[in-house]
Amino acid sequence: MQTIALVHPALALVLSPLLLGVINRTKAIFAGRVGQPLAQPYRDLWKLLRKGAVYSRTTTWVFRAAPVVGLAAILLATTLLPLAALPALLAFPGDFILLAYLLGLVRFFAVIGALDTGSSFEGMGASREVQFSALAEPALLLGLAAVAYHTHSLSLSEMISGLSSTHWSQAGAMQALLAASLFMVLLTENARIPVDDPNTHLELTMIHEVMVLDFGGPDFAFILYGASLKLWVFCALLTGLALPVRTGNLWIEVAVAVIAIFGIAVLVGVVESCMARLRLIRIPQLLVGAGLLSVLALVLSLR
Amino acid sequence: MTLWLDTLLILVFLTNLRLLGSSRLGASVRVVALQGVVLGLLALASRGGDLTGHVLFLAAVSMALKGVVFPRLLFRALREARVRREVEPFVGYTSSLLVGAAMLGLSLWVGTRLPLPTAVASPVVVPVALFTILSGLFLIVSRKKALTQVLGYLVLENGIYIFGVALAQEAPLIVELGVLLDVFVAVFVMGITMFHINREFDDLDTEQMASLKD
Repeated sequence: MQTIALVHPALALVLSPLLLGVINRTKAIFAGRVGQPLAQPYRDLWKLLRKGAVYSRTTTWVFRAAPVVGLAAILLATTLLPLAALPALLAFPGDFILLAYLLGLVRFFAVIGALDTGSSFEGMGASREVQFSALAEPALLLGLAAVAYHTHSLSLSEMISGLSSTHWSQAGAMQALLAASLFMVLLTENARIPVDDPNTHLELTMIHEVMVLDFGGPDFAFILYGASLKLWVFCALLTGLALPVRTGNLWIEVAVAVIAIFGIAVLVGVVESCMARLRLIRIPQLLVGAGLLSVLALVLSLR
Repeated sequence: MTLWLDTLLILVFLTNLRLLGSSRLGASVRVVALQGVVLGLLALASRGGDLTGHVLFLAAVSMALKGVVFPRLLFRALREARVRREVEPFVGYTSSLLVGAAMLGLSLWVGTRLPLPTAVASPVVVPVALFTILSGLFLIVSRKKALTQVLGYLVLENGIYIFGVALAQEAPLIVELGVLLDVFVAVFVMGITMFHINREFDDLDTEQMASLKD
């Protein structure tokens, strides 16, 4: 294990709440507002960490374990991802499947934590979350399978370093399909606008927000921090697969990748400002569409 | 050149997906028009560098017919019938997309096994052609409005056209023009049929034809 591999997890730990700040700032600029400070998510986390937690009598250890397990799983996920030329902390053949399952574990604990409160409202959110992720996961796995086949490797680090910067001109069609599909999965998994509205507290629009209603204090801070790390993981994955920049200088590549990650956050903000949330009925269509794009990317990589 | 060919074929694929998942008739007509234009470009791209007058002429006629004339005819029918949406199809839109996934799988499987007389320009040509034919067929059987069924017929024909572009590069001019004329007459006749269905039932729903008894 190289010490340099610790750079990406460290960057993720430090910078991920800033992604949420960037998204909020983009939306504020689009709406003509000044917006909250970029560092607001950090302040929120600090405020929540100093508070005490309140637990309902109907909840059990599951409810208390959920935020911790969720955060731990997503932390592990950051160690699996390489960033540009920085190798991942853990890399072995098949680690992209572990990544998908770690994301599944995060979701599973969020869902049983929500169900443990016994609130029907939270159960509704949990059921929606599971329904949509069940459709988003094949899109993610098939997309990764396409890259794995294309680069003839089964480890995320080799997959990402196996893509060269001339990749767009060689297999541009496959690459564009993959990027579109992964971006849709990113929006779904991070509860962003065409799928879920992170701002509202309305029953009609809530998926992710509704599941975390009963968490407070440090538990909620863990959930918020976990959510921002999850956004970082998806942005880093999308950057690695869609924007292979090869300059030969490690630090320039890392800087480009970090800028690209924040670029994706801006893009998410733009999408949120320009689009309304889809009706719940239409969301499965979007996700099945994303899955089909991944299938086609896989087909194009099979040649 | 393969890159362009792939991109165009993927555009055809995406237009098919849009048709399978869309309930708005106006948008569907526009998507089919776009597909027609993409097919014209596809015919040009599949020829690589050597563009003869024959190829250019056919592509231009096909693009004009599928991209301009058909949409006009269909929009006119739409205006007269005052329908906007396909309300209750036999198969819902999300299920249609899932069926689309199954059809894509089937076309890929058949596409790899089909013995072809000549080498094709891109490995996705045959699967996309089959997928287009199947989606056209599926649109015809799963939707109720006469207009969507006409669109399904057009998509079906487009699929066959892709096959032709991929395989029979040297089809005589007269054959291709004959095919285009056939399609034109078919859409024309279907337009008249739609007009009569609409006058009889005040709707484009073909289900109601079942109530006709002698």
